[in-house]
Amino acid sequence: MNAPAYNFAYLDEQTKRMIRRAILKAIAIPGYQVPFASREMPMPYGWGTGGVQVTAAILGPQDVLKVIDQGSDDTTNAISIRKFFAKTAGVATTTATEEATVIQTRHRIPEAALNESQVLVYQVPIPEPLRFLEPRETETRRMHALAEYGLMHVKLYEDIARFGHIATAYAYPVKVNARYVMDPSPTPKFDNPKMDNCPALQLFGAGREKRIYAIPPYTQVVSLDFEDHPFEPYRFNAPCALCAAENSYLDEIVTDDKGGRMFVCSDTDYCEGRQAAGHHGSLSAAPYKEKAQEASNG
Amino acid sequence: MADQVLLDNDEPLLVAESLSKSFGRIAACRDVSFSLYPGEVLAIVGESGSGKSTLLQLLSGQLAASAGHVSYRMRDGVARDLATLGEAERRFLFRTDWGFVHQDPAQGLRMAVSAGANVGERLMAVGWNHYGRIRDTASDWLTRVEIDTARIDDAPRTYSGGMRQRLQIARNLVTEPRLVFMDEPTGGLDVSVQARLLDLLRGLVAELHLAVIIVTHDLAVARLLSHRVMVMKGGRVIETGLTDQVLDDPREPYTQLLVSSILPP
Repeated sequence: MNAPAYNFAYLDEQTKRMIRRAILKAIAIPGYQVPFASREMPMPYGWGTGGVQVTAAILGPQDVLKVIDQGSDDTTNAISIRKFFAKTAGVATTTATEEATVIQTRHRIPEAALNESQVLVYQVPIPEPLRFLEPRETETRRMHALAEYGLMHVKLYEDIARFGHIATAYAYPVKVNARYVMDPSPTPKFDNPKMDNCPALQLFGAGREKRIYAIPPYTQVVSLDFEDHPFEPYRFNAPCALCAAENSYLDEIVTDDKGGRMFVCSDTDYCEGRQAAGHHGSLSAAPYKEKAQEASNG
Repeated sequence: MADQVLLDNDEPLLVAESLSKSFGRIAACRDVSFSLYPGEVLAIVGESGSGKSTLLQLLSGQLAASAGHVSYRMRDGVARDLATLGEAERRFLFRTDWGFVHQDPAQGLRMAVSAGANVGERLMAVGWNHYGRIRDTASDWLTRVEIDTARIDDAPRTYSGGMRQRLQIARNLVTEPRLVFMDEPTGGLDVSVQARLLDLLRGLVAELHLAVIIVTHDLAVARLLSHRVMVMKGGRVIETGLTDQVLDDPREPYTQLLVSSILPP
């Protein structure tokens, strides 16, 4: 399985050491963006080059890798990254959250609770939470250094002034360890509470922007808000159409051109697990499967 | 008016001691000394290139002086040398106890965010965390600078020049600073808008007991707003005194020229 032409996990050892140093620094200063010498990876920017480099640097031969994209294990991005490491590192891969030791993710945190032996690696497109308010990198760095975060509330203020509530639904800014304001990558704000006091180590890699940051295990992560407009996680008000889950994050799937739609869990592993355990939603395929069996039997 | 102010505040707010700044061989500012008292409005006048703007930057700590000191009396009453302040302290001072009104409002405003957020930004920067209160304060300030509160959610991009300048003033005054620097605040505005803006400024300065250092080449602005005038030429202060005294009875030939160059109304 292991292709001999590649070093273990694709990157050469010196590069991995460089990335590990950046990761260690990021863990030491929770939420702080550590610059690193991001490499060209055999995939386009925006497909997770940062996450892949972090994963490559921390992966060991005994690790079990899971890759998810928008919660799903079976999209192109997730499959190709999983195959990439199966080929270059020869590690075992899985789709089950509980079995994985390293989970690389794009835009979601798994529904299943994470544990201390797991590492969550996020793919980050734009690591700087202040970017769209302050275009100058020199200025945003200074603002982080001096903990001047009034500007972040300007963004939330604008949301309320325009929409009557904080309309930011993803990449919702958080304060890590009561010091650095951090962009949690484009995860839905539904996932923000999961970052707080999480037993698993959370690493964030931005390949194009060349930044790594981290949330160590059991670190306080607070979503920013106003006293009179507190943070609220958002979720479609419906059960999953396949597994009837009431508390998972849902994707809206358009089913026809007449306004028909269904809501299903975005975390496919969680949804399949529930269906296997006998939970059925309104549009679950399971009853039909039984009918088909009856038909073939009869 | 200045005398009356001196009585209740006999300690100077800001003291400049023999300030000099040279850029290579060019001496932009030479040996400038003065004291500014709380509630006092000082106009710095002179033609382009006389060192007015450089002096303003030295006084506000944006430029390091080649020689001399600026000390500022903080809210706790202790005078501190600006050069010894850390960057964090200086920036904090700029957000709270100081204001800076730029000639071009685009430099002092965030053009893409709403007027309410522009005014509220300083409040949020000092830790206000209640949307309703921030918004009420912002709309209160918009009223005070004569901007229709119905436009609180519009971006300053959609404002006229005069409105932008008034918004910039509101944004600076919301934290109730004690000292405001103004760099040609009426530049680029037409005469009637200038007159209204000056009227507004004069009212706010008196009401809030603001100390102001205003740089202008327009002697009419100096006459309307300031208690004292400093005339600069070639980086030096050549004449200083009470506004009426300097403008009605100029001593230096250059000041006489400056005063006589105004067209009679």
